[in-house]
Amino acid sequence: MTDMIKLSNVHKSFGSKHVLKGVDLSVEKGSSLVVIGGSGSGKSVMMKSILGLLTPEEGEIEINGHQTVGLKGGKRDLVNRQFGMLFQNGALFDSLPVWQNVSFAAMQGSNMPADEAQELAKESLALVGLGENVLDLYPASLSGGMHKRVGLARAIATRPPIIFFDEPTTGLDPIMTDVINHLIRDCVNELGATTMTITHDMSSVRTIGDKAALLYQGKIIWTGNVDALEQSDDPFLVQFINGLADGPIEIAGA
Amino acid sequence: MNPLARIGRFFLGFLAHTGRLAVFIARSFVAIIQPPYYLRLIGQQMIRIGYFSLPVVALTSFFTGGVLALQIYYGGNQFNSEAIVSSIVALGITRELGPVLGGLMVAGRVSAAIAAEIGTMRVTEQIDALTTLSTEPFKYLVAPRVIAAVISMPLLALVADIIGIMGGFVVGTQSLGFNPAIYMQLTIDFITPDDITSGLIKAAVFGFIIAIMGCYNGYHSAGGAQGVGRATTNAVVSASILILSANYLMTSLLFSS
Repeated sequence: MTDMIKLSNVHKSFGSKHVLKGVDLSVEKGSSLVVIGGSGSGKSVMMKSILGLLTPEEGEIEINGHQTVGLKGGKRDLVNRQFGMLFQNGALFDSLPVWQNVSFAAMQGSNMPADEAQELAKESLALVGLGENVLDLYPASLSGGMHKRVGLARAIATRPPIIFFDEPTTGLDPIMTDVINHLIRDCVNELGATTMTITHDMSSVRTIGDKAALLYQGKIIWTGNVDALEQSDDPFLVQFINGLADGPIEIAGA
Repeated sequence: MNPLARIGRFFLGFLAHTGRLAVFIARSFVAIIQPPYYLRLIGQQMIRIGYFSLPVVALTSFFTGGVLALQIYYGGNQFNSEAIVSSIVALGITRELGPVLGGLMVAGRVSAAIAAEIGTMRVTEQIDALTTLSTEPFKYLVAPRVIAAVISMPLLALVADIIGIMGGFVVGTQSLGFNPAIYMQLTIDFITPDDITSGLIKAAVFGFIIAIMGCYNGYHSAGGAQGVGRATTNAVVSASILILSANYLMTSLLFSS
């Protein structure tokens, strides 16, 4: 199967802090990869590098076979049009009502008329279990769970072939966590998209992922099927998935 | 730390900051010139920057015109030249005080608001979200604000000119005993179109400074709520200082002949 996302020897530093130290990773077309790792391991930096929000100093990032590192302007926009992204805190635009948030890419990128954009927003919101009553609400009046759902609706609105999820369940209660995990899985299955999720949450890993990768100190140290997570005797993985304080993983600040 | 090292570090920091600002301004110009143009956003920003600043600019210029009339009268009284009150008020307001005080008031109001809004968008990843939604943040956030400020500020300065002169007129005729018809006639006779246009040119430049400093400080804010607060303060302080120094530069250029 072809790789939709491929990272080869990606390095990224901030001043003297070397965050990504040669990341090699690939996501097959139509599959769902979950990247796990502790705080400060470089998960968000890796995702932002793929999205073009950060530029790696070294290495290659291929999206659907095309090299993307260093692309700017219109060329970068063309790549980004293949992406949907659910940010950790939603990152909804405060100044726009829900329907304009959801259909933002369609309105700005394709000049979709407002009435069509509203219909698109309704369809996308229905996919995440939200009704028309939220269309005209502003993000400030939404609960945490609704925020995530609207963010998810925005991520899938243009039916992108690749969707990223940045800690999709952070800050949610266990029930809402399960709801969001299942929504993500169902939406992705329906769209047939390739996805990459970064999370600490093992319930998300088991619900969303086909494959998993463990990022530790800026390198991928384990990859495999999600089913193989529990059977693995890799000491780093065992410590992480069982949430143990003792083990080979160095705890930042300890 | 070694004092020389401290000076060196400060100087390098200053150069880095200046370079970053220059790049930001260059990117803003490109965003302003190249399509797409967000006309609806420009209109919204003109209402926010121009229309909602009217009361504060009007009040400031009215009282400034009044105070100017009083001071010129008291000063001119010593040389029996009270008659110059109307002409000097008109000149002072149109050339300097209208655009500069208007600019400073709008800097306090608008630059801070822009920095706070864009800074909050930065720390809550909304600017990153714009990029991932294939929307260039400079075109969507910076260009509309800069264009709106550059258009709105001369209009505000024109309002400030009229209300400032009216402030001088009210004080001159009601408190200092000038004849209303003569006061107005002297104002009209003395003031030239160049006095007004020079003030409007200054106001347009001040509008650019206000919007750019708000956007720049907001765009580069980091560190959560504290970072946004710092960006807001920096925006107002830097915009105010730049307005005053640009005013000196433009006065020396526009009136040197």
